[in-house]
Amino acid sequence: MADAPREAWITGIGIVSCLGEGADAHWQALSDRRLVVDAETYAPYFMHPIAPLDLDKQIPKKGDQRQMEAWQRIGTYAAGLALADAGVKGNTELLSRMDMIVAAAGGERDVSVDANILTNKAKAAKPDAYLNERLMSDLRPTLFLAQLSNLLAGNISIVHGVTGSSRTFMGEELAGVDAVRIALARIAAGQSELALVGGSHNGEREDLLVLYGSGGHMLRDAYRPVWERTAAPGMVLGSLGAFLVLEGSGHAQARGAKPLARLSRVLSERSRRPAGAVTAALARMWQGTGASSAAAGTAVISGATGSEPATREERAWLAALPGVPVRATGSLLGHGFEPQFAMNIALGTLALGREKLFPGLDSSGVEQAYEGPLEQVVVTGVGHWRGEGMALVEKVK
Amino acid sequence: MTSARDKQGRPIVVVTGMGVITSLGAGKADNWAKLTAGESGIRRITRFANEGLKTTIAGAVDFIPVEPFCSTELGERMATMVAEEAIAEAGIGRKADFPGPLFLAVAPVEIEWPHRETLAAASGANDTVGYDDLLRACATGRFGAVHERCLFGSVGEHLADRFGTKGSPISVSTACASGATAIQLAVEAIRRGETACALCVGTDGSVNPEALIRFSLLSALSTANDPPQAASKPFSKNRDGFVMAEGAAALVLESLEAATARGAKILGVLRGCGEKADSFHRTRSSPDGKPIICTIQNAIADAGLAPDDIDYINPHGTGTPENDKMEYLAVSSVFGERARSLPLSSNKSMIGHTLSAAGTVESVFTLLTLQHQRLPPTINYKVPDPAIPLDVVPNVARDAKVRHALSNSFGFGGQNVSLVMSREPA
Repeated sequence: MADAPREAWITGIGIVSCLGEGADAHWQALSDRRLVVDAETYAPYFMHPIAPLDLDKQIPKKGDQRQMEAWQRIGTYAAGLALADAGVKGNTELLSRMDMIVAAAGGERDVSVDANILTNKAKAAKPDAYLNERLMSDLRPTLFLAQLSNLLAGNISIVHGVTGSSRTFMGEELAGVDAVRIALARIAAGQSELALVGGSHNGEREDLLVLYGSGGHMLRDAYRPVWERTAAPGMVLGSLGAFLVLEGSGHAQARGAKPLARLSRVLSERSRRPAGAVTAALARMWQGTGASSAAAGTAVISGATGSEPATREERAWLAALPGVPVRATGSLLGHGFEPQFAMNIALGTLALGREKLFPGLDSSGVEQAYEGPLEQVVVTGVGHWRGEGMALVEKVK
Repeated sequence: MTSARDKQGRPIVVVTGMGVITSLGAGKADNWAKLTAGESGIRRITRFANEGLKTTIAGAVDFIPVEPFCSTELGERMATMVAEEAIAEAGIGRKADFPGPLFLAVAPVEIEWPHRETLAAASGANDTVGYDDLLRACATGRFGAVHERCLFGSVGEHLADRFGTKGSPISVSTACASGATAIQLAVEAIRRGETACALCVGTDGSVNPEALIRFSLLSALSTANDPPQAASKPFSKNRDGFVMAEGAAALVLESLEAATARGAKILGVLRGCGEKADSFHRTRSSPDGKPIICTIQNAIADAGLAPDDIDYINPHGTGTPENDKMEYLAVSSVFGERARSLPLSSNKSMIGHTLSAAGTVESVFTLLTLQHQRLPPTINYKVPDPAIPLDVVPNVARDAKVRHALSNSFGFGGQNVSLVMSREPA
């Protein structure tokens, strides 16, 4: 359409992780380089557990809390923080026309039911009938609703009243990138004025270790920050909830909302990942954002997973940007797949607001100290298997 | 070229290719013939043991063999077949080079029982088996195929590889509205001018023991197992739940301008989309019906039409006591007195509920209804529900003049999407 693209502002962020909840807790923990990693529960694998949350603050009804599994509680909680931060929480008029895009996988399994069936099915006289019998009697009826991908969005509608529209994207890291990309495109084109976008992930799940472990993607035996895993690569499951409130600048101004940052560009790519494809995709998207390594005040917040070959390909791209400070948040937060990109946009927004970058956690040389000013943050999101994304977040002057 | 834009100045979106698979068969021709003959695709489940199940029937797609059975694998096979049919009809792009993005409605992916049992067997555990044993099997490095198959993005990635769609494949889930949401996302992308065309696919191959039991435990399924063909009874007084089914459909959407420029045959128009989420309950609609009413009104308004312009409704029509009651409330609220005489027929009476694919499958059938000017029936309509006085096109297909049609899709989690389709761009 002929109209000039509208500017989109980030007017609220809501984040929870192993580092705590909200902007200040995250900023403090990142500044302190506080590592919260559980090496015991799933040894020899690692996991970043969610920080204790006072659920009543964002999910007031106990009945709602009981209907959800952990990933939904984490996400619904983070969504509430974002709405409050943007000053739209409880505002029925705004929430009833707020658009929502959630990036989600599925919910946790009941591992004791699974283990019991796996132990006894083969020994049963009629194995298939045994499976039916056990599932019919052992599955909680509401577990299905806690597993369905779109029921994080459903719970956000129920608990917070976001009802303008509701779409759930699936597909690991790229779903998280495309959720933000399409929310931005709709605002830029005037199809939407106000949007809630993000996702959640619970890392405290053995069934996910099976999924990603079957592909050889999990870090084991010794914990190291993501850039230091070259010899023994892999991911650590993170527990993240991350939501952004995106808003057309005119809409925000009309209701007196202040921008935390501008979301200027979001790009995504895909390929079958022949050697070098990730490096090339990141270079193309960097061009597409219009970011410049020569300009002072540009930093990269990376979603690198620690899994290979994606991580070394991203490192190869970063090597071509000398002088641009880099921070891979996965070293402290772990990898949360769908919400990782929104989380890193939120952390970039925090850094822009505080006009400084948090310290790195890396002895391999990728992350260098940086004390300079901050004008723009480029966020990367490279999938552990496929999909590459990038966002440009800028200070609103 | 003003005629290529709608009243709001947006590019008009048309359909130039379609493909469909249901339990009735593969392809548009076969499906349309059986649908208008009032045939049912619902049968006894033979894919797995029925013992201990309350529901033993489904609209399974058994003519595409997948051994060992894997729902996501069947979903991907069906998606591939319907996309091939749609792209061939549209005659767009070149082989493995579709010139637009993919919007895919797909069932949530998960590790399935056969995967889990393979890992358990490989773990060598004798006595008790736990997830630590499965993890030990994973650590052998022999099960990379399980990882790729069970990623949520895998079906979309494989389709993008095969058909050469452009950009990120978008895999969407809005429960039983997913298929309609995929179409809505594509319409929006074309209206933004991001692309001149898009491939929309919906697919669902979920008839496996655990998926069936999940719906059964929510008391959502019909238990009228005998005879299977009579179980799905939308809008009847004795309706007792939906029948799970499999299927897939694909649509090639294009801007009218692009379709006209390349001389493509226009099969119909995707004229309007409406949506409104419901915050009342995880599985039930707000008792006042407002979100569904608003969804239908939004779609008709987005199409630049008034309720009086709608000639036919392809309802969600699942045959659950709750859905059909609420859908009647919404239809009667939007259409007033006309609701009694406005024809409305549920494809699900014949093909069952194709879940994530339903919005796409039923959009193809709605477009075929517009194309053939013939209304498929609601079969098994033997005991009318006096509380739902609608013309459901009972039991027998009939000809009708249809310019504009509405298709409804509602899902768990408060998901509501309605689409308006038209015969002609004008």
